[in-house]
Amino acid sequence: MANVTLRNVRKTYPGGFEAIKGVNVDVGDGQFCVLVGPSGCGKSTLLRMVAGLETVTGGEIDIGGRIVNQIEPADRDIAMVFQNYALYPHMSVYNNMAYGLRNRGMAEAEIKTRVEEAARVLELTSMLERKPRQLSGGQRQRVAMGRAIVRQPKVFLFDEPLSNLDAKLRIAMRVEIRKLQRRLNTTSIYVTHDQLEAMTLADILVVMNGGQVEQVGNPLAIYEKPATTFVASFIGAPPMNLMATRPEEIRSQLAGSNAADAGILGIRPEDFVITDQTPAGGVALPLTVEAIERVGAETFVYGSREQEEQHVAATPGELPPGEIIVRIPGTEAPAIGAKIRVAAVRAKLHLFSADGRTRLEA
Amino acid sequence: MQKQAIFQSKLLPYALVAPQLAIVLIFFYWPALQAVIQSFLLQDAFGLSTTFVWFDNYVELFRDPAYFESILRTFFFSFAIAVSSLSFALLLAVMADKPLRGSTLYRTLLIWPYAVAPPVVGVLWIFMLHPSLGVISRYLRAAGIDWNPLLDGDQAAALIILAAAWKQISYNFLFFLAGLQAIPKSVLEAAAIDGARPMRRFWTVTFPLLSPTIFFLLVVNIVYAFFDTFGIIDTMTRGGPGKSTETLVYKVYSDGLLGGNLGSSAAQSVILMIMVIVLTGIQFRFVERKVTY
Repeated sequence: MANVTLRNVRKTYPGGFEAIKGVNVDVGDGQFCVLVGPSGCGKSTLLRMVAGLETVTGGEIDIGGRIVNQIEPADRDIAMVFQNYALYPHMSVYNNMAYGLRNRGMAEAEIKTRVEEAARVLELTSMLERKPRQLSGGQRQRVAMGRAIVRQPKVFLFDEPLSNLDAKLRIAMRVEIRKLQRRLNTTSIYVTHDQLEAMTLADILVVMNGGQVEQVGNPLAIYEKPATTFVASFIGAPPMNLMATRPEEIRSQLAGSNAADAGILGIRPEDFVITDQTPAGGVALPLTVEAIERVGAETFVYGSREQEEQHVAATPGELPPGEIIVRIPGTEAPAIGAKIRVAAVRAKLHLFSADGRTRLEA
Repeated sequence: MQKQAIFQSKLLPYALVAPQLAIVLIFFYWPALQAVIQSFLLQDAFGLSTTFVWFDNYVELFRDPAYFESILRTFFFSFAIAVSSLSFALLLAVMADKPLRGSTLYRTLLIWPYAVAPPVVGVLWIFMLHPSLGVISRYLRAAGIDWNPLLDGDQAAALIILAAAWKQISYNFLFFLAGLQAIPKSVLEAAAIDGARPMRRFWTVTFPLLSPTIFFLLVVNIVYAFFDTFGIIDTMTRGGPGKSTETLVYKVYSDGLLGGNLGSSAAQSVILMIMVIVLTGIQFRFVERKVTY
């Protein structure tokens, strides 16, 4: 069992490209840490640095109280599950799982016990003699998991392990991974670009962007209080509505708070209600309904604001300027083209500095 | 998607393949057929009369101990050339596969020897290892080694194997490098995390995953050693000293063109043809299966 601590970890490639610009993360013993961010944000690089597959340019990586910067991957007592599973194609399922144990000189009888136990847990018992190419995607994924758990390492590392699976299997495997991790109580670091996977799996969520950590914390805390506009729009689907506070319409409603300093106002789609009233201290916006998406339990209303608005700080999944998404329960929705008014209460407003880098308390 | 081209004229497709067919027929099938016919004939010493002798040429060939020696010698040469060339090429490919500065240049240089024609290879090595002219021979003699491949059959054989293997390294290198690059990096990384040291990683992961390439190259190298070494042998040793470097192909040439025994020479080439057909058959069957591990 082990803590994993990253202290000011940096990675600069020989070409001068700075992939990781000083990351500090502390993963407690038995915790499940998820690194999430858009592609190219450095999350996989960071994971590979923990694994020892990439060199560390600066800072310290500490696994279980030992600085591992200069230690070979084999000696870090970690196991990794790769995105493409990286099974040994010429070995049977049994040998795939046994390989790491044999390399460490374990007795065959002990190997047999461990592999059979892992196979039982992962429901692979009937497939032990098969080669990876005779397995389905989900089965390969489980073999990759098995290869990691037989080793009983201090830390599990997962590099987007579910992204090659279809949507249904991905959800099933997500639950399996979480159950397995809870039962084994092994410290885990998990990389994904899928915010839903991140939210559901994480004890600690690390949101990354451009080689930097945007925010670290409990997933729900991050959801409720995103530290930057990047986090606000990356975590949560559909993304948070972000709008500039400069237009008089919004400015006047925010008057009398430190909202005066705020440059950007964020409101989550589910925090809007369709109403003609303006809650005290809250914000109300007139909208023209542009499109409706009914997904059964809820309905998304896409509306446009009356006045033109300038662009808010660039963020992924950003809406076109002036467009607002409102999430309402059930299937009843206004007609397309209807003029409506939506409002959010004071407590549900998120205020950010004009550059989107700082959260302001309302 | 349309896979079949449609021609307006029925003759055009035939006209288009005709030149290639003509070359194949004139330069491959016709001489092969001639060889088959010739192998059933016996000519008198002056080439004035020809008799049809059925399988006499073959029977005589298989009664000749020199022919069996030549077969054994060819097998030994093939084995030695294939093994030395393959193992050295694999070593180079493994080293070139590492991220090195200037690896493109390094790789290009390693491929160059393949562009050298076999007789030229022979001449190059003779320049280095000729007993009286060779650059290296001087040092060998200075080191107390009685180096004289013109008189010593074993040394001549070693020389042929060396030159032939050297030339083939480039070809093997190219395939090995491609094979190595086709192995997913993550599989090797997984092995590294699984505690396999570089040597063990190579023998338990890389080598088995290269086995299809190795088998393919083994067949290609054997075919090469059987047939394409003619130019090297002819420029370096002419089958000598004695018959110590006379392989099957060289024997076809020396019996037929130098010895004037066209019937026997033709019979030998027919046997060689059958060998090639068998080897190629093995290779095709293997290539079709593709995945072997």
